[in-house]
Amino acid sequence: MVTLGIFSAFTPQNVMYLLGGLGITVGVSIISVILSLIFGSVVGIIQFERLPYFSKFVGTINNVIRNLPLLLIIFFVYFALPKIGIHLPIFWATVVAMSTFESAMLAEIVRGGLESIDIGQFEGARANGLSNMQTMIYIILPQAYKKMIPPIISQLISLVKDTSLAMGIVLAEMTYRSQIIYAQNSTYIIPVLVAITLVYFVLNYGLSLIARWADHKLA
Amino acid sequence: MALLQNNFPTFMQGFGYTLLSSLIALVGSMILGTAFAIMQIVPKKWVRKVGNVYVQVFRNIPLLIITFFFFLVVSKYVKMSGFMSGTIALMLYTSAFIAETVRAGILSIDGGQMEGARANGLSFAQAMQYIILPQAFRVALPSLGNQFINLVKNSSILAFVGGLDLMYQGNMIAANTFETFSTYIIVGILYLIITLPLSYYMQHLERKLKHAA
Repeated sequence: MVTLGIFSAFTPQNVMYLLGGLGITVGVSIISVILSLIFGSVVGIIQFERLPYFSKFVGTINNVIRNLPLLLIIFFVYFALPKIGIHLPIFWATVVAMSTFESAMLAEIVRGGLESIDIGQFEGARANGLSNMQTMIYIILPQAYKKMIPPIISQLISLVKDTSLAMGIVLAEMTYRSQIIYAQNSTYIIPVLVAITLVYFVLNYGLSLIARWADHKLA
Repeated sequence: MALLQNNFPTFMQGFGYTLLSSLIALVGSMILGTAFAIMQIVPKKWVRKVGNVYVQVFRNIPLLIITFFFFLVVSKYVKMSGFMSGTIALMLYTSAFIAETVRAGILSIDGGQMEGARANGLSFAQAMQYIILPQAFRVALPSLGNQFINLVKNSSILAFVGGLDLMYQGNMIAANTFETFSTYIIVGILYLIITLPLSYYMQHLERKLKHAA
């Protein structure tokens, strides 16, 4: 029975269907990582700068978001926001939820990266006549980002894995589509689960190899 | 508020199951994670390989798929509830991350400690148990705490397999009352009651350790 499943589960149609899901998984991941890099950097820098009240306020919101389950944020964006008049299509609801959560995670990484830069770098840049802003952009951020590449990639790995949570709101990404396929025939369960496990593994293990390479190269 | 009052027992049941699942998974993943961390540094090469493969596999696949594997496949042969399959998956998944954290902790301990212990006649296992691990855990404590916070958050995965946890009950209440907004806010506050104090404590610990170093 199981062998039967292995051969008949992967009809060209089913394979294409799963690959389409992979496309959505990758699409959500890429858009979310770009958005969260931007927002995460802004929030991280705000926290690092210790502006009176404002930094504390942003930091608290950041802590709250970081400590909530992503699944809850996804449900909240898709099911609760329409109550206050914000209707998002399913794909964008996922992107908004994931970007919000990942921005909070990345903000911590950015803050940590900035704090790891020696204070002498600031003093030296300021003493050489650069403004605060220039110091940040030309001296501090390039060094900080170099250090942050490995943790940012591991965050990207979690992001790819976490897109599977979006099946909770019936986004047709890969995990959801696998369920559609094995719902037709229970002998498909094992082969289909193994197949998508392999796809996720190859994707994420590849990313982790890049992270290790970057770590090695930059250290 | 009326929503909270009317559904208070359900919220509390969910809260209880979330805590229970997290605690079971925490204890299990600490034991497993430490075992796999040690496996990755013992002298025997094939043992290191096995430990490494385990960690890489579980770190790189979604928790949801591990959960489905137990819920749909394993439960055919061994009877288990959604709660059990979710908790076991959570335990295995987290153990891979704990293994990495503990391994980093062990590697941060000076090599002379192991050599000194061995030179004083302790076996590898004894040196590990009495000399290396106690120091390694101290170093790894903040990261272990963060892993526990992730574990509590990830326990929301139980909602997918009818695990009766906070997220599951929240979805039920939201579906029954249509009060999605307030329900999810309450669910969020209940999660924060567990995770936020832990998170602040870990930040405090991290700062303390940094100053000590």
